[in-house]
Amino acid sequence: MENFTPITAAIGGILVGLSAALMYAFNGKIAGVSGILGGLIGDKEQGDRLWRVLFAVGMLLGGAIVLALVPVRVNVQFDASVFTMAIAGFLVGFGTRLGNGCTSGHGVCGLARFSFRSFVAVLVFMGCGGITVFLVKHVL
Amino acid sequence: MGQLIVALVSGMLLGIGLVIANLTDPSKVIDFLDVAGNWDPSVGVVVGCAVVTAAIGFKLAGRRGQPLFAPSFGASRLESIDKRLIIGSALFGIGWGLSGFCPAPGFLSALFGQLEGYVFIGTMFAGMAAFTLARK
Repeated sequence: MENFTPITAAIGGILVGLSAALMYAFNGKIAGVSGILGGLIGDKEQGDRLWRVLFAVGMLLGGAIVLALVPVRVNVQFDASVFTMAIAGFLVGFGTRLGNGCTSGHGVCGLARFSFRSFVAVLVFMGCGGITVFLVKHVL
Repeated sequence: MGQLIVALVSGMLLGIGLVIANLTDPSKVIDFLDVAGNWDPSVGVVVGCAVVTAAIGFKLAGRRGQPLFAPSFGASRLESIDKRLIIGSALFGIGWGLSGFCPAPGFLSALFGQLEGYVFIGTMFAGMAAFTLARK
């Protein structure tokens, strides 16, 4: 467990939670990222699109600010090939829309609202993610 | 206008938090899902802290009875555990395990200039679009 980084994980987690709390307290919205990004390309009305664009731009801006300020090298290591990433992306995009949420919608917001439906979703995607990793890393 | 600024700030907090926690590194996420290997509980800490913070925020916000910049709270009223929820979450879980990306960190990988990230973003949007088309 030498790769465990509890302090940055806790700080990051609190910021992720604050992001969800702000969207709810001010805009009355449960902001799951798959829903926000999915709405960008869906058939939403014009008035429902601009805030999604700003949220997405904000994500990139926030991430870029940290990368600019933090001098340490940020490690990004892909275990998967480009081909696998292509398949995975499609599964993530289609699956989160079909299941109505991802790690932020069901995981963060749903669990914070004590939604049983989201709890089941989290169990399913964590379970399937765990089994997939087990098969890829230890069986295949 | 207020709502748009909140969306921007909220997006920024999410981006800052995910990059600080290093969730934009797919190997970090895969190490969390790899219980049988060199297990890294960090992602669990991120989600746990996020859930507690959001739960407190939702509770405080709910006390006011109305959001500050909107007429009412709009939360999902879906209750049922149906096939859509299970199959969708299962497909997502498989993609998450294969790549180490869920939608937010995957989207943020645009910042890192690697082909794998761009390909993931492209096919993720394609998957979302395919769902929208299939529903029609």
